[in-house]
Amino acid sequence: MAQLICDDLALGYEGQEIISGLSFSVDSGDYLCILGENGSGKTTLMKTILGLHKPMKGKILTGDGLNRDEIGYLPQQNSIQKDFPASVKEIVVSGFQGRCGLRPFYNKEEKKQAEQNMQLMGISHLKKRCYRELSGGQQQRVLLARALCATRKMLLLDEPVAGLDPKATEEMYSLIQDLNKNHGITIIMISHDVKAALQYATKILHIGSEIFFGSRDEYLKNVNGRGES
Amino acid sequence: MEIFDTLAYYFQFPQVRYALIVGVLVALCASLLGVTLVLKRFSFIGDGLSHVAFGAMAIASITGVLFSQLQPIIDSTNNMIIIMPITVISAVLLLRTGKNAKVKGDASVAMISVGALAIGYLLMNLDVFPKSANISGDVCSTLFGSLSILTLTPGEVWFCAIVSLIVVVVFILFYNKIFCVTFDEDFARATGTKAGLYNLLIAIIIAVIIVISMNLVGSLLISALVIFPALSAMRVLKSFKAVTICSACISVFCAALGILLSILFSTPVGSTIVAVDIAAFIVFTIIGGVKGGFKR
Repeated sequence: MAQLICDDLALGYEGQEIISGLSFSVDSGDYLCILGENGSGKTTLMKTILGLHKPMKGKILTGDGLNRDEIGYLPQQNSIQKDFPASVKEIVVSGFQGRCGLRPFYNKEEKKQAEQNMQLMGISHLKKRCYRELSGGQQQRVLLARALCATRKMLLLDEPVAGLDPKATEEMYSLIQDLNKNHGITIIMISHDVKAALQYATKILHIGSEIFFGSRDEYLKNVNGRGES
Repeated sequence: MEIFDTLAYYFQFPQVRYALIVGVLVALCASLLGVTLVLKRFSFIGDGLSHVAFGAMAIASITGVLFSQLQPIIDSTNNMIIIMPITVISAVLLLRTGKNAKVKGDASVAMISVGALAIGYLLMNLDVFPKSANISGDVCSTLFGSLSILTLTPGEVWFCAIVSLIVVVVFILFYNKIFCVTFDEDFARATGTKAGLYNLLIAIIIAVIIVISMNLVGSLLISALVIFPALSAMRVLKSFKAVTICSACISVFCAALGILLSILFSTPVGSTIVAVDIAAFIVFTIIGGVKGGFKR
């Protein structure tokens, strides 16, 4: 049973379809890269998977022990966060909020796990620092640590390297690969960076005028068959 | 020592003590949600709601006058029964429309707030009021706060104290949820937090705070009470908890100082408190600038 199945999805805003007939599935341990031009609906697809948008048609199913609210999410930076006075620790531990229900405070176990996640992301030394004073790469790690608090099963990353310098980009990619390979976390990543996608991903979903879904090798064959695009 | 003698003289009167208690409690509540309001770009909703509360006040006075034969004494505690639900409902409506892409949030807020202001003033000038009533005085004190809040009755003080206590308790219980929803609503929703519900809660708390602040600073100046302490604290501090605690302290301190000054110099309470808040903001901006080496 796949962890996530999208069946004949149609996505769009206010009655206008952007994509239709989208079907794909993600298995546990996959590293799926979603490619496509600006405006092709990548972020819309991601928000639909997360349950923030309703699909216009079709179904999204989860299986293999994955609940719909167990998908961690690394969003693109929003404007609120740019001047938000919050310490790294506060942000990371807030990843547990979804599990709290009506319980008002975080328990010891959650705080401990938050510490571990910060260690895993190499940001323990920044724990008391203010989020808005960190570099772009450090901020992404904070948000990644928060996403790890929310789930240990599947992460959705929306252009995780956007705006990072080459060194930070490299570090980010290897962190993500580590999570995928050594911690068994399924990765779904939106990316502009075809080269990196082909380097790390095991599956590719290309959306736009033509929809492609398949393994990395199939994608390479497909592209080469038509000549470099 | 002349100042202390004057203050000691005034504090013999229970009304002065009530005023101080209510002022401090209201200021404490108002500052709590300031950070969330500023960061969520909700400050305009606070402003809009305060105008709605003014309109509601007008409706309350009208009904008060209409039923005055039945009830000889209409105090403003009874007005609260009308003002509170109207403002809370408006808060919920504003939040709903804010999400609707077709009507821009700020336009709908402008519509509702200016509309409420106009209707409120219109109602207050209707014939149902006895001709002798001092309408412009009433309007002025509703907008800018009473000249002195020394007219508070023990009933109002209790009402204020209980409501403030509820607000503080609710805020503490939902503190982590409010943080989560303020920082990243999408993430919160995606990982199973009921963000819509907590937004609603925030809106309702704002409405309640605005209603209880009306006595103190008047409807036009409420936003200042909510926003200034939070902005001051944000200049200097770096974690959400520290900013929240600090803005509560600033707010309480400024309110107490403002009330004392207004007693000493017989200035209007509301604007004196806001003036002290502005002074605090300037001080904190300078401290923040010095700490950060003016680089931002």
